[in-house]
Amino acid sequence: MSAFTTITSELVLLPTDDIDTDQIIPARFLKITDKNGLGEQLFANWRYQEDGSEHAGFVLNQPAMQGRKVLVAGDNFGCGSSREHAPWALMAWGFRVVISTSFADIFRSNSLKNGLLLVEIDADEHRKLLEAAGTNPALAITVDLAAQELQLPNGTSIAFPMDAFAKRCLMEGMDQLAYLLHHDEAITRHEQKR
Amino acid sequence: MAARTLFDKVWDAHLVAQEEGCPAVLYIDLHLIHEVTSPQAFSVLRERGLRVRRPDLTVATMDHLTSTKPQSLAVVESNAQNLLDTLRRNCLEHDIQLHAQYSGKDGIVHVIGPELGLTQPGKTIVCGDSHTATHGAFGALAFGIGTSEVGHVLATQCLLQDRPKTMQVVLDGSPGPGVSAKDMILALCAKLGIGGATGHSIEYTGSAIAALSMDERMTICNMSIEVGARSGMIAPDKVTFDYLRGRPGVPQGAAYEQAVATWSQLVSDEGAHYDATVHLDVSSLEPMLTFGTNPGMGIGVSEKIPNPSAAKSSHERDALSKALAYMGLEGGAALAGHPIDVVFIGSCTNSRMQDLRDAARVLKDRKVHAGTRVLIVPGSSAIKEEAEREGLDKIFLEAGAEWRNPGCSMCIAMNGDKLEPGQYAVSTSNRNFEGRQGQGSRTFLASPLSAAAAAVTGTVCDVRTLLAQKAP
Ligand code: SF4
Repeated sequence: MSAFTTITSELVLLPTDDIDTDQIIPARFLKITDKNGLGEQLFANWRYQEDGSEHAGFVLNQPAMQGRKVLVAGDNFGCGSSREHAPWALMAWGFRVVISTSFADIFRSNSLKNGLLLVEIDADEHRKLLEAAGTNPALAITVDLAAQELQLPNGTSIAFPMDAFAKRCLMEGMDQLAYLLHHDEAITRHEQKR
Repeated sequence: MAARTLFDKVWDAHLVAQEEGCPAVLYIDLHLIHEVTSPQAFSVLRERGLRVRRPDLTVATMDHLTSTKPQSLAVVESNAQNLLDTLRRNCLEHDIQLHAQYSGKDGIVHVIGPELGLTQPGKTIVCGDSHTATHGAFGALAFGIGTSEVGHVLATQCLLQDRPKTMQVVLDGSPGPGVSAKDMILALCAKLGIGGATGHSIEYTGSAIAALSMDERMTICNMSIEVGARSGMIAPDKVTFDYLRGRPGVPQGAAYEQAVATWSQLVSDEGAHYDATVHLDVSSLEPMLTFGTNPGMGIGVSEKIPNPSAAKSSHERDALSKALAYMGLEGGAALAGHPIDVVFIGSCTNSRMQDLRDAARVLKDRKVHAGTRVLIVPGSSAIKEEAEREGLDKIFLEAGAEWRNPGCSMCIAMNGDKLEPGQYAVSTSNRNFEGRQGQGSRTFLASPLSAAAAAVTGTVCDVRTLLAQKAP
C-alpha cells in the first residue's frame, strides 16, 4: 500500500444516503480473482443502461468528472456486504478520498487496508461543502491528512477526526499484516493457554 | 471484577495484545471461507511466502456461485467456475477442509457452521461475509470481514479490531399467529434504520428471544448487519445446548457436560453496562414486508406505503421518493394486493428446517398461483435430506414450486438464479437493495410464511388470512 500524501482535487458529488456496496460494485462483477479493471464497473447499475450504453446523466459519465479524486457521498456510505471489491472499485476508478457524514464499519475497515481515505464531517459542514461545490462545479479542495483538514480555496478549512492508528497506517503506508506478524510470540502464548 | 456483558467476556478471552493507541489483536477460533472473497487473500499469502497458520481452524464451503439445479443440469459460467476451482486448489495446497458441492456437507456457510457443530458459544468466528453475525445466535462473537482481513486471519489467526460499543436489544412479549422471527427483525430494521447500530455489537435479550428456537435465533442475528451492527449475540441457554448436543464438532459425553458448564457462564452479568438499549414489544407486530430499497424500509402488511410528502426531513423525502420510483410504487397506496412474479424461499436468513416447515404449512394442499414462479432453496445438503425425509419436497412440488439444491441462489443472484429487470419478488433473504436479486430486480423482504402466502395468491398478502382458512 502506498502512503497517502496531501492531494488537491475537484469533487464528484453523489450525495445520496445509504449507498450500499451492491450499488458501488454489483455482485455480478465479483467473479474475479484479480482486482484490476473494477473501475469500469464502479456504480455499474447507475452508470450503464441495460444495453451497456452510458446513462448520460449519471455523474461519473460526465467528461468533467474524469480524473477527479474526491467523492462526496451521502450518509452511511458503504453499508451492506463486506466485499472489499467496493474500495477496490472506487480506487480503480481513481478516487483517493471519500467524504461523508458516516461510513459503515466493514467498508471503513476495508478502505483503510487499501489506502482509501474516508473523511467524516458533520452534517452542517457536509451541506455547506455540497452547496459550495454546487455553485462552483470546478471547486478544488486540498485534503491534508497530516493536519486533518479539508482546505477550501477561499482560505477556510474543515477539520475532520481521525483515529490515530488509522492515520499512521495511511501516512506511513503501514502494512497491517506485518504489524500482526510481529505479534507472533504473543499469538503462540495465547494458543498455548487456550 | 466489574459486571461484564456477554460481549465483554468473549472479547476479553480472545485478547492477544493491545498496544497503546492501536486496535486490539484478537484471536479467532473459527475462520469460515467461501469462493468469492478468499482468492485474493490466498494470493497475498503466496506473494509473501506465508502459510496458513491454523488450517485446523479454517473451514471452506462453496455456496455463492454454485448452481442449485440438479447436478445433471448444473451450468456454471466460466469465471464462476474459475473461482470454485481456485478455492479447491487453495484448500488442497493449504490443507484446509473443504465441504465441496455434492459432498453432502455443503451448503451456505452460515448454515453449515452451526449444523456441523463448529459454531459454539464463546468462540470468535469470522468469515469474508457480512452475515457472519448469524453464528452469534449461539453466544459466539461472530462478524464479517473483508478480503484483506481474510488474509490476516489465514496468516496469523488474528485480526486487528477496535472494540465496538455495545447495544442491548430487548425483545419482549409474545408474537401473534403468523408473526415469526423474521417479522421481529424486520420490525427492528424499520425502527432503527439501516445505520442505526453502526459501530455497535448487539446483544438480543428478553422473553421473546428466550422463547425462540435456534433456527429462529439465527434469523434474528443474521440481519444484525442490516441495522449496521457487525455482530449480534444471544446468550446460550438450554435451547442452545440441546441444539448442539451430539453434533459432529461438539464434545461428547462427559466433555459435553463440561462444555455446557463453561458455556453457561456466558451470560451478561447483572448490572452490566451497555452503551445503548432499545426495546421492542413483539406482541403488537403484524407480518412485516419491506416496500423500498433497504431493509429499514419496512411496514406491517396492513399498513400503507409511506408518503414521501409526509417525510420528516428533505433527506428522508428524497430517499423515499428514489426508492419508490425504483420500486414502481406509490406513496399512500396499500402494499397488500401487489402482484408478484417470483417467490424465493431460501438464503442464510431463512433456509433452515423451521423455515421450510413454515412454508410447507401454507403450501400443503394448495397450489402456487398461475404465473408466479416459486423457488425453494434449502440452506444445506443436510437440510435438503431432512426436508425430503419429512416429505416437504413433495408438498412443494405438488403445489407447483421448484425444489432446488442448496446454495445462496437468488439471495445474491450470482449463480444464474435471478429476477428479470422490473420483476417483483417476495423473498425471505436479507437485502432488497437495488439490483440485489438481478439487474432491475424489485424485492419485498418477508418471512417464509408470508412468502408462501404470496406464492399461493400471486400477490403480497396477509398470511394470517390463509392460516385461518382450511386449505381448499
Ligand atoms: S445466502 Fe445471501 S446473504 Fe447469505 S451468505 Fe449467501 S449471499 Fe450472503
